[in-house]
Amino acid sequence: MTQVSITVDGTKYTDDVEPRTLLVQHLRQAIGKTGTLVGCDTTNCGACTVHLDGVSVKSCTVLAVQADGHEVLTVEGLADGGELHPVQRAFHESHALQCGYCTPGMIMQSIALLQENPNPTEDEIRNGLEGNLCRCTGYQNIVKAVQQAAGSVAAGTGAAE
Amino acid sequence: MIPAAFDYQAPASVEEALQLLSGGGDTEIKVLAGGQSLLPVLKMRLAAPDLVVDLAKIPGLTGIREDGDRIVVGAMTTHHEVANDPLVAEHLLLLQEAAKTVADPQVRHRGTLGGALVHADPAGDLLAPVLALDAELVISGAAGRRTVPAAEFFQGLFTTAVGEDEILTEIRFPRHTGWGARYEKFTRVVQQWSVVSVAASVRMDGGAIAEAVVALTNMGSTPIRASSVEQALAGCAATAEAVGAAVAGVAEGTSPPADLNGDADYRRQLAVVLARRAVLAAAGVS
Ligand SMILES: Cc1cc2nc3c(=O)[nH]c(=O)nc-3n(C[C@H](O)[C@H](O)[C@H](O)COP(=O)(O)OP(=O)(O)OC[C@H]3O[C@@H](n4cnc5c(N)ncnc54)[C@H](O)[C@@H]3O)c2cc1C
Ligand code: FES
Ligand code: FES
Repeated sequence: MTQVSITVDGTKYTDDVEPRTLLVQHLRQAIGKTGTLVGCDTTNCGACTVHLDGVSVKSCTVLAVQADGHEVLTVEGLADGGELHPVQRAFHESHALQCGYCTPGMIMQSIALLQENPNPTEDEIRNGLEGNLCRCTGYQNIVKAVQQAAGSVAAGTGAAE
Repeated sequence: MIPAAFDYQAPASVEEALQLLSGGGDTEIKVLAGGQSLLPVLKMRLAAPDLVVDLAKIPGLTGIREDGDRIVVGAMTTHHEVANDPLVAEHLLLLQEAAKTVADPQVRHRGTLGGALVHADPAGDLLAPVLALDAELVISGAAGRRTVPAAEFFQGLFTTAVGEDEILTEIRFPRHTGWGARYEKFTRVVQQWSVVSVAASVRMDGGAIAEAVVALTNMGSTPIRASSVEQALAGCAATAEAVGAAVAGVAEGTSPPADLNGDADYRRQLAVVLARRAVLAAAGVS
C-alpha cells in the first residue's frame, strides 16, 4: 500500500492505495465520486475524463499514485451550489445528451477545450472532442452546446474554476 | 481492467532511477512516463512487471530549450507541450505538425515524446519526424550518457537502442528554421493510428525545393527514411508534376504490414499519394 493525498473538487483526501489502482477507481470507490464514469476502460471513450492540475486526462489511464500531491476536478466539482457551470447549463439547454453516459466526460473535455481555445470553430470543437465518444446523439447538439457555452467560460463566469 | 499488482517507486533523480533499474536480477522492472501506452499494456496484462519506476518526479526531464545550434526536448515533455511550443513551431515545424495528430487531447496531455519514441510502435506518429529531422537521442545508463543518432535508435518492432536498465533523457534536434512541413496522416476514422503517414519538410529557394527530408510511418517495423526521394527532390520545382515524379519510388524496397486496414500493395500505393501531398503542402503548394 502507498499513501496518496489528492485534492478532489477542492477537498483533500488521504488514503492508502495499491499502486495498481486506477485514478477513476480511486475516485469512484474510495472517494465516492461516482459522477465520473467508465465507458470502455481502453482509453478510447473519454467518459472518465477529469482535470488533473487543470488539464483534461482520461482517469482510467492514470494511476492514483501518479495523482499524489495533485489536484483533480471532476464533473461533481463544477456546480456552485445550485448554480450549474455554464457548460453544464449549455448541455442542458441544447439537449446535448440522450442516455447521458458520455456527458460527464464530454462536459469536462468541453471545458478543457474552451479554456485552451475560448472561441473555437465548429471544426475545432469536433477535433477537440475527438477523444470522447457518444453512442446516442450524433454529436450535433453537443457541438451546439459547446458553441453556446463558448465565451462564458473565457469570460470567467465558470463556477469552480 | 486492472493491472496485476506491482510495486511503485518515483525516484527524484536520474541516478536514483538508474539504481532502481539496475537492481533487477530476476525482477521485471518497467519505466513509467505518461503511461498512455504502458497503462493500457498493463491493464490488458500483456506485461506484469514487479516494479514500476515513475520518472515524473525527476526534475529537468521536461521542457524545450535552445542549446547552441540545437533545440532540446526533454524526454518527459508531453505531446501537448510539443504541439504548442513556440521554439518547436519556429525551428521544428514537422515535429509540431505530427504531435498535433497524435491520439486525442486527453492523451496528448499525458503522453510524452520520450515515451512514444521508446515504445516505438511502428504506427506511432513521432518516430518518422524524429528520423527525418536527424535528431540525436541522449540515453543514460549505469555506464554514463551516450548519444545515439535517430538512424540507429529504431531497431525493430517496439525495439530501440534504449536498454532495459537505461533511460532516454532528451532528444536533440538540429534547427530546421524556416522549413515548410507537413505530416500527412492517413486514418480511416479520427483518433486512430496511422494506416500509413508521410513526414516531409522542405527548405525552399525561390519557387524550387532546395532541400527535403522525408520519412514514412507504418511502412515497416521501424520508421523509414526515404533518402533517394530526398535526393530527387533537391532542386526540384514545386509543381505537382515534378514532385509527383520525384516521389514515385518512395515505397520501393519497403515491406509494409498487411492488416484489416489494407494489404501491403495498398500501403505502397498510399505512400506514393501521401508523399506527393506531404511534399507539396510542405512547399506551400496545395
Ligand atoms: C487511445 C490512444 C490513442 C493513441 N493514438 C496514437 C496515435 O495516433 N499516434 C501516436 O503516435 N501515438 C498514439 N498513442 C500513444 C501515445 O502517443 C503514447 O503517449 C506514447 O506512445 C507513449 O508515451 P508515454 O509517455 O505515455 O509513455 P509510457 O506509456 O509511460 O511508456 C511507454 C513505453 O516506453 C518506456 N519509456 C517511457 N519513457 C521512457 C524513458 N524516458 N526512458 C526509457 N523508457 C521509457 C516505458 O517503459 C514503456 O515501455 C495513443 C494512445 C492511446 C491511449
Ligand atoms: S473509460 Fe477511460 S477512456 Fe473510456
Ligand atoms: S448521450 Fe448516450 S452516449 Fe452520449
